[in-house]
Amino acid sequence: MNAGASSALPSTGAPISRPRPGKPRRVLPGFNLTLGYALFYLCLIVLIPLSALVFKTFTLTWDQFWAAVTSPRVMASYRLTFGASLLAAIVNLFGGLLVAWVLVRYHFPGKRIVDALVDLPFALPTAVAGISLTALLAGNGWIGQFLEPHGIKLAFTPAGVVIALIFIGLPFVVRTVQPVLEDSEKELEEAATSLGATRWQTFWRVILPSIMPALLTGFAMAFARAIGEYGSVIFIAGNMPMISEITPLIIIGKLEQYDYGGATAVALVMLVISFVMLLVINGLQGWQRKRSGGAS
Amino acid sequence: MSGGTSLRSNARRAQAGTTESPLVRWLLIGLALAFMGLFLVLPLAAVATEALRKGFGAYLEALREPDAWAAIRLTLITAAITVPLNLVFGVAAAWAIAKFEFRGKAILTTLVDLPFAVSPVVAGLIYVLVFGAQGWFGPWLQAHDIKIIFAVPGIVLATIFVTFPFIARELIPLMQAQGSDEEQAAIVLGATGWQTFWRVTLPNIKWGLLYGVILCNARAMGEFGAVSVVSGHIRGQTNTMPLHVEVLYNEYQSVAAFAVASLLAILALVTLVIKSIIEWRHEREMKALADLPPERPPTPDAAAA
Repeated sequence: MNAGASSALPSTGAPISRPRPGKPRRVLPGFNLTLGYALFYLCLIVLIPLSALVFKTFTLTWDQFWAAVTSPRVMASYRLTFGASLLAAIVNLFGGLLVAWVLVRYHFPGKRIVDALVDLPFALPTAVAGISLTALLAGNGWIGQFLEPHGIKLAFTPAGVVIALIFIGLPFVVRTVQPVLEDSEKELEEAATSLGATRWQTFWRVILPSIMPALLTGFAMAFARAIGEYGSVIFIAGNMPMISEITPLIIIGKLEQYDYGGATAVALVMLVISFVMLLVINGLQGWQRKRSGGAS
Repeated sequence: MSGGTSLRSNARRAQAGTTESPLVRWLLIGLALAFMGLFLVLPLAAVATEALRKGFGAYLEALREPDAWAAIRLTLITAAITVPLNLVFGVAAAWAIAKFEFRGKAILTTLVDLPFAVSPVVAGLIYVLVFGAQGWFGPWLQAHDIKIIFAVPGIVLATIFVTFPFIARELIPLMQAQGSDEEQAAIVLGATGWQTFWRVTLPNIKWGLLYGVILCNARAMGEFGAVSVVSGHIRGQTNTMPLHVEVLYNEYQSVAAFAVASLLAILALVTLVIKSIIEWRHEREMKALADLPPERPPTPDAAAA
């Protein structure tokens, strides 16, 4: 999420002297106070409430749990949520790489504004994104009016879900790939070219491998964000059971019927998936650090 | 000798080899701009046109509605509580993680990120499970006539959860990169811990801090999913601006919905402007720093450069 910032942080530049790891580390005060407070706040806000989810699930029997998380309507919502998230993340993989490439390698008027605008999905509330995309794609909207006569319906269909998720995930790939492209060494490309590689071969064999970890990190982040997304999707999806109902909406629906057990069970499935995605992203970032550490 | 010319032509070829032909370049730029325009600029433009569809008078009328005012007030209150709390946590966590070595540091860093990975709806649900009528503290809260869920405290708590990592995530890498030499020097020279923090650390991290604060604020004001679960949607009481947008939209009051949405869009644009200014400033400072002559005995690398 802070990928935008990391491009602004000093990656190279003034020599940074790191304190030697060793014994005389505790010169600075405040270790107990800050760590203690951070842990206290973390437990209070994040860990204890999250554990409530796990404990609540334990009040269900295994059969109840299984029935809640595998009912046909819930299964359909998984298919939609994962399918749409995957599609949106793939579109963002290519679109994000394109935007990052253009922003790093080329000069054109208005480049800084375009660069700043990339973060719009982070800053724009999701509900606003949802209603404005719906207004665009509905039958009387700016885009919808051209598509409707050809029988293409985007709003209130699963396709609308994909479009909302593309919007939400757009900055991730751009912001993870951009700093890596900026740091990549042109000498390698020059070498490839003078050895007779075409531009396409250079991109495929030299540039792409070097940005691959960042690219996959951004892809995984966009995918993870899309799975949990709620605000922008519900306006555009139409929310028809079995067809265009996403998993977070299933949780809300169960809550509104006071089915706390069922809501919790589905939420636990989503939470486990979030954990797995977090681990995958951490692994990818570790790979990226190793790669960039080895390169420079 | 032909060696010189072939070398030079090689160099020219190599230079040409690190960029594309103008045609390809403009094609790629065009494609990228079309992608951005379609997905980012058009939705923004749609908010503006829909909000002003019935003229500026109707737009202002929609914003002057008491329920809209209540929503704006609640959103501001929520952000005013959330941001300082997460600010204190962010600074404390970054200080502990960046300045000290301890066991479990990697786990703590991952846990700080956790709220980003959790779906906003799940974030709202967990507070319902703790404080709701059926939840852990539900009976006790009811007995003491304290309302958290479907009331303002629940909204604040859910917002704190979803914006939890923003400031810490900005500060941790920044403070790690800066090391703790300056702070150690201050302590050795006799400064107290507080003095060191206020006079040495804070000036060093102020831009990163501001960056985290504005992102945290934007998300706090715009959060929808988590707040929607805990709010109860009581008009004029527990509707934040994004929830108010939803209510109006579902009642087919399109102009009013987009009018409130336009305020949130303006908030987003202001956030982007401040963020860009911070980034440009930082870039300039880094350049200025790189141009300074080295203070310590130059390493062979620096001398060569």
